[in-house]
Parts: sequence; structure tokens; C-alpha cells
Amino acid sequence: MSERVAVRKTYKLFIGGKFPRSESGRSYLVQDANVSLASRKDARDAVVAARAAVKGWAGATAYNRGQILYRAAEMLEGRREQFVALGVPGDEVDAAVDRWVWYAGWSDKLAQVYGGANPVAGPYFNLSAPEPTGVVAVVAPERPALLGLVSVIAPAIVTGNTVVVATSPTEPLAAVTLAEVLATSDLPGGVVNLLTGRITETAPTLAAHMDVNAIDLTGVTDAELAADLEVKAAANLKRVLRPAPADHDWFADPGLGRMTTLLETKTVWHPKGV
Amino acid sequence: MTATATSARSDLSELGRSETALRTFLHGLPGVDQVGAEQRAAQLGTRSIKTTAKAEAIDLAIRMVDLTTLEGADTPGKVRALATKALRPDPADPSCPHVGAVCVYPAMVPYVAEVLRGSAVHLASVATAFPSGQAPLEVKLADTRAAVEAGADEIDMVINRGAFLAGRYSEVYDEIVATKEACGDAHLKVILETGELATYDNVRRASWLAMLAGGDFIKTSTGKVPVAATPPVTLVMLEAVRDFRAATGRQVGVKPAGGIRTTKDAIKYLVMVNETVGPDWLDPDWFRFGASSLLNDLLMQRTKLTTGVYSGPDYFTLD
Repeated sequence: MSERVAVRKTYKLFIGGKFPRSESGRSYLVQDANVSLASRKDARDAVVAARAAVKGWAGATAYNRGQILYRAAEMLEGRREQFVALGVPGDEVDAAVDRWVWYAGWSDKLAQVYGGANPVAGPYFNLSAPEPTGVVAVVAPERPALLGLVSVIAPAIVTGNTVVVATSPTEPLAAVTLAEVLATSDLPGGVVNLLTGRITETAPTLAAHMDVNAIDLTGVTDAELAADLEVKAAANLKRVLRPAPADHDWFADPGLGRMTTLLETKTVWHPKGV
Repeated sequence: MTATATSARSDLSELGRSETALRTFLHGLPGVDQVGAEQRAAQLGTRSIKTTAKAEAIDLAIRMVDLTTLEGADTPGKVRALATKALRPDPADPSCPHVGAVCVYPAMVPYVAEVLRGSAVHLASVATAFPSGQAPLEVKLADTRAAVEAGADEIDMVINRGAFLAGRYSEVYDEIVATKEACGDAHLKVILETGELATYDNVRRASWLAMLAGGDFIKTSTGKVPVAATPPVTLVMLEAVRDFRAATGRQVGVKPAGGIRTTKDAIKYLVMVNETVGPDWLDPDWFRFGASSLLNDLLMQRTKLTTGVYSGPDYFTLD
């Protein structure tokens, strides 16, 4: 019998719950694999998919979103060996699972901590509630490839936003494998969309896109590019998360800032009656 | 016009006089090659139209839009807003052309007429017991006259599909002739409702029947049945108007309606028009899109081309 030939894997984009190749047909060689090189039009398609997913995801109950995120953590844990084989250190995978679970727990608690009843001088109930801002574009940190990615995606989607992520250009395999985790974890298609390739190609399109509501520049290392993206983002008053400092400790307690920056506060005045 | 065309024309005008002649003619039309038509339509959809050609196609498509609202929930305020949008689809850009027409129910015509008065935008009204057409002829004609009196200059009528499918072609023919008469100077668009005609052969026959009876436009659908305009159906209808002009010298317009929502779809139709009947039909007088959500997508694409930045639905009116 002839020797078995192994199946060589093609790493593709993750848009709207599907794994398409780049519309440009391009790929690039990285980490000994051919990975899709996303174009401006892939970014456009990803925003359309993300926008279509907002209604269902933001409309789901916080409890339901939390359950789906727990499920994603389960799937991530189950693929631990695969991530290790890709070169992700074991403790980083564990930290990523823990991070995911930590954010999942916040889904039905954030409104209590960050919203609530306001004392007003009048016969009214005055209530503030945080709501998702909508479609969030994210430039993921270059490394740690998995923990960094989880640390930017989970806080954005746990509150009901949908994301379009430009992944680490030098270590994209962990991102594509995370997409496989998300695709098998009841997360509706389009809530997370991943674009592998050059940041300089996809990020400016996302920053200028009028149908994107916020942009997270965490992974932008070039100060000039970061400034340019902020200027582009100002055109429709996107919420902006500034780039992370080079010595940022991804294993430390992340705090609530990543979640609360991507929220809009709705305040309601309601007459008390008698 | 050549002598043969003239004689062919007089021959065809005799057809309506007898049921037998009409049936013999319509059933004598060559059958449609279903696989061929679908493949041809799919192939024409693969053309790549970019940059300046795309910009021109978008402007042409905007001028061809019959901005439509045909809901039970239509109110005078809503149709006024729609008519205002028809005049100036993109308030932020004065270079954006106006649409071809506004299409509403007869009861809404007076409110639209107020807004459109003096403009080049046409006012279309559906009539003849739209969308089913299941009403006595007298009622349908009264419906048509009322719409014309209220100010409509284009009438979208529905054919009697029950009679057509039962093979009573004369009845359908006579209804179209009567409606055309009731229209007076208004243009008559004949809705075939191709989703209910079952076969491409029937679409071809209905197209010829509508043209023989005097329709100025043939239109695919009401938008009220699940299957609306499809590229192959439109292709068959375009071939019919091309052959009809060759036989009679009279040019008839085509209006696909329903289900056309994106700029990409619209441009595919324009390619099909150019390749099937030629540039004579690439004009709002001869080709229209019956659509409501298409206009916003056209405007978004137009904005993308002029500003270089992808736009979003938040920046255009809901209608």
C-alpha cells in the first residue's frame, strides 16, 4: 500500500460564519502556511456581515450571550493541544480560556455595575442602562497571538457588539483556529469576523467606513498609522480605543475599560405616579 | 419603415379580432430554450463594470428607478416623503439625478402629484385591481380612469392571469385594449406577473399578447408573489420587445420589478439590456426598475465612488 498523504490545510478568512478565501484570490506565506491576504473588499464584506448580525446578537438576552461565550470557552479548552501544536505556549492557552470565561461572566452583570438608578430631584425614576454601540473594528495585538486576540474580541462581543478583526499579521494561525472554535460554539454567524493579512490594507478601510461604530487600535504599533486611523475614525465620530503600550502585560487583570468603552448609555426618565 | 414591416404590422393588428388567430399566433412563437436562457442570463451577470463605467451605470440606474411603495399602510405623509426623495435622492449631492418615476396606489396619487408637479419625474399608479386583477372589468376600468384623473401619467395594470392560463387569450387582449383606452394619454405598463405564469414559453406569449394589445411597457411582476423579477425572465421579455420592434417598428419598454435590491443586481440588468436589445433601450423611457430598497443601495455605492469611503444605511432615509 502506498504511503498516506496528509491533508494540507488552507487557512482562510472568517466572514459571516463562513470560511471564504479572499475575494482578491491572494494569499501570503507565514508560519509555514499559506494564509489568505484580505483585501479592502473583504473588509467591506465583513462589515456587511457584522452589521447584519447586530440585530440578533444585541437583541439576545445577556444570559444567552453569556452561555454562548461559555460554550466558546469549552470549545477552546477542547482544542488546547491544537493551539500548543501551533506554537502557542500552554499557559497562554489556559489564560485565554480563563479570560474568555471571565468576560462571559460579565454578560449579565455589567448592566448592574455600569448602569443603575440615578438619584434625581423630581417625581421620576431615572435609569441608565448600557447598550452595545454596534459594529466594532478591531486591530488585534501582534502577540501574544491567542491571548491578545481573545482579550480584544471577548470584551467587545459580550455586551452585544459585533466585530471585524484584523488579526496579527505575523502569527495568524491561532486566529484562524480560534475562528474554528467560534464557528462550532453556537455563536451566530457574523458576530465575529476575522481578516488575516496586512493591517495597512484593511485597517484604513475599516477606520473610514461610515457603517462602523467604534474602532479598537490596540494592535497598531506604528504611531503615524495610529494617528491616521484616528483621523479617519473621526469622520463619523467612532469610539476609539487607543493603541496598547508596547510593555502591556496581557496576563494581568484586564479591568472593565475594554467593555465600557464600546457601550452607549441610555438614560430613561419615567414618572413615578403618586 | 420598410414595406414588409408595414405589412407585417397590419397583419399583426388583425390578430386581436379572433380567438383562433391569436391562439395560433401565440402558440406558433418559437419555444424558449430554458437551459440556454438561464445560462445566457447567468453569463451576462459575470461582467465586471468598474470605475467610470460603474459611475455612469449607477447614475443611469438611479434615473431608471420607479420608486415604489405599495403597502396597505401607506399614508399621505409617507408618499409625500417618498416623492420628495424621488426629486432629490441624495440631498447632500446636487449632482445626483432624479429617479424615473414614483409608483403608488391610486388613492395616493393626488398627494404625490402635488409634490411632483412641474418636475420631470413621472407619476405611476398601479390600477386594475392590483395585485390580483380579480375584479369585474368595469371596476378595473374605473380604477384606471380614477388614477389618470388624479394625475398619474403612467398606469401599471395587471393582466388577468386566470384567463391567460386557461387559454382565453382574447379576454386578456380585450382587457388590455380597454385599459389602454381608459388610460388616454397616460403610458400603459402591463404587468405579466411572471411568477404565476409557470413557464418561459408563457412569459414569451404573454409579452407578445401585451405588446399586440398596445402596451407601452411590459413589466415582470407585482412584487406581491414570492417569485418576482429574475434575470432569465427579463431576458425572455427583452428578446420579445426586440423581435416585436423588428416585426412592427414599434418600440416597447421593459420593467423588471421586485427582488432587485443591490447595485450589483441593477448593473447586471443593464448589461443584459445592452447585450440583448442594444443601447436604444438604455434610457429611462425604455427601461425601468420597479424597486424600493434598490435606490438606497445605489446612493450608497454612488457615495462610495465620489468620496472613496464606504457609506452606511444610517445616512440615507428609510422608506
